Amino acid sequence: MDNKILDIKNLSITYEADGAIVKAVNDISFSLEKGDALGIVGETGAGKTTTALAIMQLLPNINSKIAGGEIKYEGIDVITMSEEKKREYRGNKISMIFQDPMTALNPIFTVGEQIAEVIRLHNTVTEKEASKRAENMLEMVGIPKNRYYDYPHQFSGGMKQRVIIAIALACTPSLLIADEPTTALDVTIQAQVLALIEGLRKENNTSLILITHDLGVIAETCEKAAIMYAGEIVEIGTTEQIFNNTRHPYTEGLFGSIPNINKKVHRLTPIPGLAPDPADLPDGCKFAPRCKYKCEECERGNIPAFLVEEGHFVKCLRCRDNQEV
Amino acid sequence: MFKFILKRLLMMIPVLLGVTLVVFTIMFFTPGDPASIILGDMATEEDREIFREEHGLNGSFIEQYISYMERVIIHGDLGTSYTTKLSVTEEILSRFPTTFKLAGLSIILACIIGIAAGIISATRQYSLFDRISTMLALIGVSLPNFWQGMMLIIVFSAWLGWLPPSGFSTPIHWILPAITIGTSSAANIMRMTRSSMLEVIRQDYIRTARAKGQIERVVIVKHALRNALIPIITVVGLNFGKLLGGAVLTESIFSIAGIGKLMVDAIKAKNTPMVQGGVLFIAVVMCFINLLVDILYAYVDPAIRSQYMKGRKTKFERRIANEG
Repeated sequence: MDNKILDIKNLSITYEADGAIVKAVNDISFSLEKGDALGIVGETGAGKTTTALAIMQLLPNINSKIAGGEIKYEGIDVITMSEEKKREYRGNKISMIFQDPMTALNPIFTVGEQIAEVIRLHNTVTEKEASKRAENMLEMVGIPKNRYYDYPHQFSGGMKQRVIIAIALACTPSLLIADEPTTALDVTIQAQVLALIEGLRKENNTSLILITHDLGVIAETCEKAAIMYAGEIVEIGTTEQIFNNTRHPYTEGLFGSIPNINKKVHRLTPIPGLAPDPADLPDGCKFAPRCKYKCEECERGNIPAFLVEEGHFVKCLRCRDNQEV
Repeated sequence: MFKFILKRLLMMIPVLLGVTLVVFTIMFFTPGDPASIILGDMATEEDREIFREEHGLNGSFIEQYISYMERVIIHGDLGTSYTTKLSVTEEILSRFPTTFKLAGLSIILACIIGIAAGIISATRQYSLFDRISTMLALIGVSLPNFWQGMMLIIVFSAWLGWLPPSGFSTPIHWILPAITIGTSSAANIMRMTRSSMLEVIRQDYIRTARAKGQIERVVIVKHALRNALIPIITVVGLNFGKLLGGAVLTESIFSIAGIGKLMVDAIKAKNTPMVQGGVLFIAVVMCFINLLVDILYAYVDPAIRSQYMKGRKTKFERRIANEG
């Protein structure tokens, strides 16, 4: 139990937009062991990024609210922490890599300065020492250190993402959140960036939360996987369990949507319909309207999670023969 | 950078030539004979003829323009004022310090108030402060100068008796006129700062700065403000230029002998050399402010800077060279 670096319990987050309350994240729970990697999969708007920002405590405070639950980092609740304490964690113990490298770097500072900034914030070092370490970070992510004084506009997208990785890992955090780190990049660069994150992570025994659309990436890098749909985690377990013993119809649908080169199929099997409007979620199972197995009971009440095997939870009534959690 | 400035200075030449041509043309073809206006009703046709002869007003348009440009370019002589018989250059230079002081003071005040209010408004969007200052800015932009000036005089000079209603001799005299002409600039700057900051604050790199654990104040001032500065600099430059051209109404209300008043009097008297010299002078000032604004752009934005400074040694190379 002590080995848990992150423990999220019953977390709910709402946004307020034009008077309507949008339930972005509904009652999710998961935990992460030290050194492990958890992959979060789900379509756009499923609440993945919101969850990540909540862990960083970087939700826009104008219109978003943590409606309930707790986020414990090494046993300490980050939600109730003082702002000062939160700043100590950000960039130091918990770091985040953002989705779009093109806009995530400040255009008016050199990349070196931007790496050195985070080093100076969390360590008592001289300016010189900080830039020395920033140079080392640059080399570590595969950028020659003579580009320290270059500005972001002089870098390609892949290089920028490397710089962002360098910023995120400069203070050797124990938890790294990567929010679709490769979505905005070329396919050829994607593999490089993932390999880089993997390598650096293994070196420092950093835990990882990897948010992605790509189940293949999860299979390659993560021990655990969580499938999110309409703000809920509908299925969570080890990557093997998710891949070999797929239980939730939505997860099944996700696998059906991946082309398989070995099988001769006329067409992919997409999931019919659209994700529900988070401002107006249906009663019962959120996936029921699109589910081919749905029965009457699916559209009523709250669907609990069932433990189908050790560490493998599924929010689907088809698994109700198993123990309810 | 030096090359860039030189290029911009050379580009000023055609602009200024154009300005002289346009002003000269307008003055030449507008009705009214300077000789009869300046000499008055009592003068005879003979007197007027002598005046025209003296000031070279008998030649054709082209002849007059060429002789005027000859004097300006070769001798640097802007001519003599018809009314005061003093050289135009002297007249302008004696008035300019006043206008410059007034404009400078106003723009500094406007920057301090406008930028500070804009930042606070943007970081606390829709708060009470934001609503009130946005409303005040709207009023400030729409307020006519002459009305505001008179109201200030009524309240602070006539009723309260705190401040003098006219003149520009001591710092206490500067307050009312500076507020009068600075208000709309402050309002413009505030509105631009607010909208520019609001846009920048939503950028991903601001989130990155916060994700580093940076203090909010530093995030706003160091990461956001510098990025929001380009449109703010533009507005400040435009407003400063406008003020340096002379605030005609304000100068009249407060009886300040500035460029604005000089120009209006010259136009009324059809004092051609004075008008031409004054416009040319204002054009030069405008060009320099624009140049300054462009240099500031380069200072703030490295992408613009790198366009100006192609082929320069990089910072890294210089550091390596310094460290030996």
